Amino acid sequence: MGKKLRVDPISCTGHGLCAELLPELISLDEWGYPILADGPVPRRLERLARRAVTDCPALALALVREKPAHGRAG
Amino acid sequence: MTSPTALAHPRFSLTEPLPVPVPGHPAQLPRLLPRHGAVPVRLADHLRGRGPVPYRGGPGQLIREVAAAGLTGRGGAAFPVHRKLAAVAGGPQPVVVGNGAEGEPASSKDKSLLWISPHLVLDGLQLAAEAVGSRTIGLYVHRNPRLLRHLQIALAERLDARVDRAPVELIEAPPRFLAGEASSLASVVTGGAALPRLKEPRLSERGVAGRPTLVQNVETLAHLALIARYGARWFRSAGTSAEPGSMLTTLHQASGRTDVAEAALGTPLTDLLRLADAGAVLVGGYHGAWLTTAEAAGLRLCNASLRPAGAFVGAGVLAALPAGRCGLAETARVVRYLALESAGQCGPCFNGLPRMASALAFLALVDGPGSARRGMASRWPDPAAARADLERWTGLVEGRGACHHPDGTARLVRSALRVFAAEAGRHCQGQCTGTEARPFLPLPPEPAIDAADWS
Amino acid sequence: MNGITHATALWYASRATGVVSLVLLTLVVVLGVLVNRQGRLPGLPSFAVTGLHRSLSLLAVVFLAVHVITAVIDPYVTIGAAAILIPFVSPYLPFWVGLGAVALDLVIALIITSLARGRMPRRAWRWLHWLAYAAWPVAFAHGLGVSTDLLSGGLRVVAISSALAVGGAVLWRVSQAMKATPRPERAAAVLAQGDDPPRPPRGDIARSERTSRRRPPREHRAGGPVSPPDDPAAGPRNPAIGTAAR
Repeated sequence: MGKKLRVDPISCTGHGLCAELLPELISLDEWGYPILADGPVPRRLERLARRAVTDCPALALALVREKPAHGRAG
Repeated sequence: MTSPTALAHPRFSLTEPLPVPVPGHPAQLPRLLPRHGAVPVRLADHLRGRGPVPYRGGPGQLIREVAAAGLTGRGGAAFPVHRKLAAVAGGPQPVVVGNGAEGEPASSKDKSLLWISPHLVLDGLQLAAEAVGSRTIGLYVHRNPRLLRHLQIALAERLDARVDRAPVELIEAPPRFLAGEASSLASVVTGGAALPRLKEPRLSERGVAGRPTLVQNVETLAHLALIARYGARWFRSAGTSAEPGSMLTTLHQASGRTDVAEAALGTPLTDLLRLADAGAVLVGGYHGAWLTTAEAAGLRLCNASLRPAGAFVGAGVLAALPAGRCGLAETARVVRYLALESAGQCGPCFNGLPRMASALAFLALVDGPGSARRGMASRWPDPAAARADLERWTGLVEGRGACHHPDGTARLVRSALRVFAAEAGRHCQGQCTGTEARPFLPLPPEPAIDAADWS
Repeated sequence: MNGITHATALWYASRATGVVSLVLLTLVVVLGVLVNRQGRLPGLPSFAVTGLHRSLSLLAVVFLAVHVITAVIDPYVTIGAAAILIPFVSPYLPFWVGLGAVALDLVIALIITSLARGRMPRRAWRWLHWLAYAAWPVAFAHGLGVSTDLLSGGLRVVAISSALAVGGAVLWRVSQAMKATPRPERAAAVLAQGDDPPRPPRGDIARSERTSRRRPPREHRAGGPVSPPDDPAAGPRNPAIGTAAR
């Protein structure tokens, strides 16, 4: 099962490290906050994605297993 | 219009009109509120009229009945109630909190329900707690001294009469738009500020003080109390098969009158709002969507009808904008309020929403010699530039916050740009539909000033 | 090599590596503050700052290891292997050597938690990492007390500069945090900015010169009353190196 990148918007302070390490998957909006590309992380980028997760100074980035969407709790 | 009496209804401002139920609907209605008047129902009358609280005797018993009834949350998200109950019921030491903090300035249904029929809500709270096996119960209400006193008396009465099995703690919510959001609620009840948290882990797993938490809107609890007494078939006798039952709506008529009315789901909007004097219709409150009167005239109060039109039922707030008002100006005021109500936790939200508010305010200004728009020259050279920025920012904020505040605001803005496109054009020509400077959509007089306003 | 020369060599090695460790730890703390404040080093991407912070801390551990081992095996003074990690058990200068053990314990805790980064809860990691602000002063005190090296000459300059560097970095961090706009007020602050008449287009609260891949670099934001938590006041920046060497 593929892995997806997820950002915790509350912890994220817009350092921008993730976008520098992984420009193929992460770009920054005009305020410096990350915009993640849709879809799973390609195999060849997985190691880099893991590094971006570890290096994020705010620990706001995570690599999660793809889960089937279910209804939100309201 | 019945003139408001000081005792009849709790208010933030005495100038609001008194909400009354709208008669003349299918025989089963009204269910939650008395047919006429806004006088609170006393405990003795409540028990005499509805019967005793039908405790099942053990956890889990009620859930099947609720599932058969197809009850969904009445707080806006319309999530199936039996699924929430089942999710919390399995956990250790669950907590149940009734959510009466509607947050939305345009919605009065929850406070009306709590004032007029508190015992129905409190019955539902006890039944839900029994169903999930909880003895820790809270009722979360906006800070309103009269309503709080009213509820304290009702709770004391119930304890004395041994109607309640477990005590209920009243918890005050700060007057914030996001205070009624489920994770904000959990944060306040745990002792913190009314700031939303991430969706994961879910409240049903880890909520208040790390315990599985059931958060249910007070109207949902009232319906639950009736389903427990009269059964699923009775509940389904109103509404549609996909969206059964009735719901409370807050109706802002073009005449300026505001009613809280109970309506069956599937009711045509024209049965609820008088559209003859309206220029546009707001459906779903301040996170909802604007529709043209022509569109609204063909729609019903159910998601099956509203969603394809870009709107949704939400918490039942419907507003008919009078013909002599400028929809852009109204929306600009609301979006400014929504921006100031951002919790300031997520970059896209606290950066995007205020900028969207400024752009919309710019579009709401009217061009012409010596007009205010010329005075704001430096930020945008022309309305087209402001609109381009507004559309870009709207796209940037959607889905990028921890809660749905940016999404809801984006939805409102998009619908305003669509419905009031012609109005925007008129503004560029130096004209405006608005003949009245008085605002129509209600907003609280005092904005949040600092961090202390969030606790 | 006769015993005395051997001992002297070890003793000098211990002292020298001790000083180097202190300098490295100073750099690590300063870089750590820089990471937190989203500061940049000229010409380098921001992952270089975190990378340097990490590399220097590992280097510091290496020098610390040599410092500690040479101090223990050196026969000139008796310290005892246990005193490496257990404070105040050394026969020689128990208090000052003990401080060194405390500092080493803290550094080891920091290294272990950093290696476990991403595998432990975010908040727990942050709180543990704050031990760094305890480790440096303890190490510094150890250095001052365990020998007179840092009290005179060139090494005194080193000691004073290190103290000033760390002190300055910490004061800066604290003052930035105190000036930061509380979260619930941030939207109001952004809104207030927008109302100001003639100002550079679309100034924002996070940064003014960050180049993003979606638009060209913007001019420096003119002043601004607010500085949100964790975002430094705007300053000249260098463009991010997108696909440069990682």
